Amino acid sequence: MAAEFQFRMRFALTSQMATALKSAQPLPPVPDSEFLLSYLFNTPDEQREMLETIGVDSIESLFDQIPDSLQLKRPLDIPPALSELELEQLVRELASRNVGPSDRSCFLGGGVYDHFIPSAVDAIAGRSEYYTAYTPYQAEASQGSLQTFFEYQSLICQLTGMDVSNASLYEGGTAVSEAVFMAMRCTKRHRRIVLLGSVHPEYRQIVQTYLGRMDCELVIVPTPGGTAAPSAVEEAINDQTACVVTQHPNFYGCLEEVEQISALAHKHGALSIVSFDPIGLGILKRPGDQGADIAVAEGQSLGTPMQYGGPFLGILACRQEFVRQMPGRLIGQTTDRNGKRCFVLNLQAREQHIRREKATSNICTNQGLIAIRATVFLSLLGPAGMRQVAELSCSKAHYAAQRLTAQDGIELAFDQPFFKEFTLQCRDGADAVIQRAQAAGFDIGPALRRVSHDESEDRLLVAVTECRTREEIDALADAIAGSSAVPCNSAKPVAESNLSEELEASCSSTVAAPHEPALRSARSSSRKTT
Amino acid sequence: MRNEQATQLLFDLSQPGRRGAEYPESDCPEFSSTACIPAEFLSDVALPLPEVNEPDVIRHFTNLSTLNMSVDTHFYPLGSCTMKYNPKRHERLAAIPGLVDLHPWQAEESLQGMLQIQFEMQEMLGEIAGLPAVSLQPAAGAQGELAALLVASAYFKDRGENRTKVIFPSSAHGTNPASAALAGFDCIQLGAGKNGFVDLEELQGHLDEHTAVFMITNPNTLGLFESEIGEISSMLHDVGGLVYIDGANMNAILGITRPGDFGGDMMHYNVHKTFTGPHGAGGPGAGPIAVRDFLADYLPGPVVAFHEESGQFALQTPAKSIGRVRSFFGNVGILLRGYFYLRTLGGDGLKELSQHAVLNANYLKERLKHILPVPFGERCMHEFVASAQHLQKERGISAMDIAKRLLDYGFHAPTVYFPLVVPEAIMIEPTETESKATLDAFVATLEKIIAEDPELLHTAPHTTSASRPNDVQAARSPILCWSPACDA
Repeated sequence: MAAEFQFRMRFALTSQMATALKSAQPLPPVPDSEFLLSYLFNTPDEQREMLETIGVDSIESLFDQIPDSLQLKRPLDIPPALSELELEQLVRELASRNVGPSDRSCFLGGGVYDHFIPSAVDAIAGRSEYYTAYTPYQAEASQGSLQTFFEYQSLICQLTGMDVSNASLYEGGTAVSEAVFMAMRCTKRHRRIVLLGSVHPEYRQIVQTYLGRMDCELVIVPTPGGTAAPSAVEEAINDQTACVVTQHPNFYGCLEEVEQISALAHKHGALSIVSFDPIGLGILKRPGDQGADIAVAEGQSLGTPMQYGGPFLGILACRQEFVRQMPGRLIGQTTDRNGKRCFVLNLQAREQHIRREKATSNICTNQGLIAIRATVFLSLLGPAGMRQVAELSCSKAHYAAQRLTAQDGIELAFDQPFFKEFTLQCRDGADAVIQRAQAAGFDIGPALRRVSHDESEDRLLVAVTECRTREEIDALADAIAGSSAVPCNSAKPVAESNLSEELEASCSSTVAAPHEPALRSARSSSRKTT
Repeated sequence: MRNEQATQLLFDLSQPGRRGAEYPESDCPEFSSTACIPAEFLSDVALPLPEVNEPDVIRHFTNLSTLNMSVDTHFYPLGSCTMKYNPKRHERLAAIPGLVDLHPWQAEESLQGMLQIQFEMQEMLGEIAGLPAVSLQPAAGAQGELAALLVASAYFKDRGENRTKVIFPSSAHGTNPASAALAGFDCIQLGAGKNGFVDLEELQGHLDEHTAVFMITNPNTLGLFESEIGEISSMLHDVGGLVYIDGANMNAILGITRPGDFGGDMMHYNVHKTFTGPHGAGGPGAGPIAVRDFLADYLPGPVVAFHEESGQFALQTPAKSIGRVRSFFGNVGILLRGYFYLRTLGGDGLKELSQHAVLNANYLKERLKHILPVPFGERCMHEFVASAQHLQKERGISAMDIAKRLLDYGFHAPTVYFPLVVPEAIMIEPTETESKATLDAFVATLEKIIAEDPELLHTAPHTTSASRPNDVQAARSPILCWSPACDA
C-alpha cells in the first residue's frame, strides 16, 4: 500500500516538475560547469595541480574507497541546473501560486500570529557575521553570538519573571515536550503527566509522540467550558504526577487560572509548566509571578515571520533550582585570561556532545538566528512597546469579538476572558464562515476541527493583532454574515426584500456599540479581494 | 577596532524613557485591557526590559556581530559541520512575501506553490537517499534521528517484535545515543574498531532478536567510507534489525553512492550542512528523514501528496504515523533554501560538488601530512582527522593550542578532540567552496604556527576580542542571566 502510494507520488512529480520547469524556463540551458563556477573556485588547471599533489590522476579515483558495486551508475534523477535568473523566475512563479499577504488580510491564529516586525530586526538578522557563523563553540571567535545569546537569556528572564532561560529550542511544541521530560527528571516521577485539554492540540500530539515508548500516562483534563476548572485539575493530579501543563492564553484564546493550577500542582509535589504568549506579557501577569516552575512559549511573535510554520523559536525558562536539568545550550558570563568579561557555552555536561545517552536532551542545532531576532525585537520594543502591542492586540480583538458576534448565527463559543484570540461558534459551520471571509479577502481560522478531530465542526478561531485595523474588522464582520441573514450594517443592497424581517431580528440582537458612527463611516473600505 | 561603548551589555545602554519602536494609537480605544480583562489576570507593573532606541540597538548588535568569525568573513574548516558558502540568492528568494508571509492555517488551495516546492523537495531528497519515503518535519538532525527511531519502534511493535537495543560506533555523534535514549531504547556503544572502521566481529556479538537499529555515519566521523557497509547492513537485516544512516556527511557522496543502495533503511539529512541552509550561529536547521517503502506509513506528518485527478497538492498524515514531532509543517525557511540549492545545482551539479569537496579535503590532507599526520586512511572523503600527538609529545603543543592560534591568523579553528579515537584530534573539513589559494594559505599558516614558541600558542589567541575564557569559573558559579549585580 505504502509502496504503491510512493510510486505514484514519484510518477506524479516528474510530470509536475516538467510543467513547472517548462513554464518558468524561458532561457536555453547553459552548461553545468558555468553554473558551478559561482560556487566552486578551482579552475581545471588548479584541479590538475591538486590531483598531482595527491598523487592520483582523476577525481573519480579518490572515490575508490567506495566499493564499485555500491556506486550509483546513473545520474541523479533531479532536474538540470538553473542559473540565478532562472531560479528567481521559477521561484517567483511558484510563489505566485500562493495566496499571499497582499491578497488577504490575516485574522488567522492557532499558534502563529501576524505581528508587526520592525525593520531593524531584519537588518540585524541579515548580517552574515551572525547567520553564516556556527554554534559558538570557539568562544574567542564567537563573542558576538555569545553576548547576544546571553542578552537573549536575560531578556527572556525579564519577560517571564523566571530565573534562567536556555538559548532556544526548536519551537513552542517541542518546548512543551522538553519541559515535560525535564519535569520528570526534576521530580523523579516518570509515570504520570497531566495536561489541560485546552493546550494546543499539536503540542499535545508532540508530547504523545515523544512519550512513544515510555510507560507514562498522559492525563488530559477536559475543558468543556473553554478553560479547566481547578477542581477537575486537582482530580487529575496525584502523588505520582510529574507536572501539570497549562497554556495561557490557551488554544481557544481563553485565560486560565494559572495561579490556582500552579498551587494545586505544588500541593502534590508536581511542577507547573506554563506555555505562554510572549506578546501577552505586555499586559498579562508573568508566568514567574503565577507560580510556574518551567515557562515555555512559541516565540514566533517576537519578530519572526510566519513562513508557513517555521523556523520558529522554542522558549524555555525555569526556576534556578532546576537549571542542571535544563535541555539545550546555556550561555554564561565569565572572564578571560586578562580578567575581561566574556561569554562561553556553560554547563555543557548536560548536553549530548558530552553526556551522550545521559544528556538532558538530544538537541544540538537550535534556533540561534531566531533567538537573535527575538533579542532585537525585545530590545526595540522595551517595556513601553511590549505594553502597546499587547494593548493594541487586546483592544482590537475585543472590538472584533463584539462586531463578529453581532452577526446572526455567530457567537462566542466560551464565556471566558480572552486576550487577542477567541473562539467563535457558527450556526452554519466553521467552514462556511471561513469561505465567506476568504471571498471578501480575509483569512480567519483555523476551524477547530482542522487542528483536532475531537473538536466541533462549528467552531473556529479568530486572532487579531496590532496589524489589523478597525476598517478591516468591520469589513470582515460584514463578510461573514450568512447569505440567509444580510448584516444590518451592510452597505451592500439587500438582494431580497423578504429578508428584511429576519434582518431586523438579527440587528436587534446586536450588542449596542458606543462607536456606531465610526462604524458606518469606516465600513466601505476593505482590503483588496482575490 | 572594537567599539567598547556600543558593545557594553544591552542593559547598561538602557536609559529610562527611550524606546526603539512606536505604534499607532488604538482605533478601538473603548476596548482597553482594563475594561476587557479582569484585573486578576493583568500585571500591574511594567516589564523590567531595557529601554534603548533604534540607533542604539543597531549599533550595539552590528558591533557585536563583528566579534564573530563567519563563513562570509573567514575560512571555517570546522570538521563535521560542513561550513560551506551560503548563496545570497537563497536569502532574497526565501524572503519573497508569497513564501515568507504564509500562515500555516491558510487553506491548502491557497498554498499550492508552497506545497509543490515541499513535494518536490521530498522527491529530490528521496532520490538522493535512494530511500523513497520522506518526511520534512524534523527541525534538525537530532530530531530526525529521534523521529526515525520512533518510526522503527512503531514498525517493530506492529510486527509484534520486542526490540530494545540501539547500537552505534564509539565515533558516533553524541546525538545518536541521546536520541536513542530519548526514544526509550537501550544504548550499546561499540569499541574503537580497527583502522577507524566498525569491527564486524564485535558488531555480530551484539546482534540478536532484540536488536532494533544500528546507527552509523557514513562516511564516518573520521572522514572514511565504511567500505563494509554492505556486509554490515546484511548482518543487521539477517537478525531483523534496521540500519540508520546519520546523514551529517552527505556532502561527500551526493550522486556517487546512496544510503538506500548501501543498505540503509532510514536516514536524516542536515539541510543546514549539506544543502547550505546557513548555520545561523547555532540554528535553525532542518532534519528531514528518508526511509524505505515499508516504513513510509509510520513517518511523522503531515507530508505532501499530489493528487493526479485534481492536480492539487495536499497535506496528508501517513496511515500509521508516529504522530507529530513539531508543530506545523517543518522548518520551512531552511527547507526552501535547500530547495533553491538543489534546483541551482541540478543532479549533475550535486555530484560535482561532492567531487570537489573530496578533492579539496584530500589535497589539504596531503599538504598537511608532514606536520599533522592522519592516523586512519590513506585517502579521505570530504574531511579528515589529523593528530597533533607528536607535537604534544615533542613540543608540548596541543590540538587546542593550534586551534586557538589559528584564530590569530584569521582562520576559524577546525573541530578538535572529536572523534575520541584519534589522540589530539584535529578534524578538518574544507568543503567545496574554498579555493586552492585559501587551502595553501591555511597550510602555510599551520607550518608557521607549529614552529612558533609554544608559549605563544598556549596563551593564544592574542588578537580576538576575548582571550581564552575561564570555563572553570563559569561552571562553578554560573551567571546565566544579567542582573545589576553582574556589573559590580
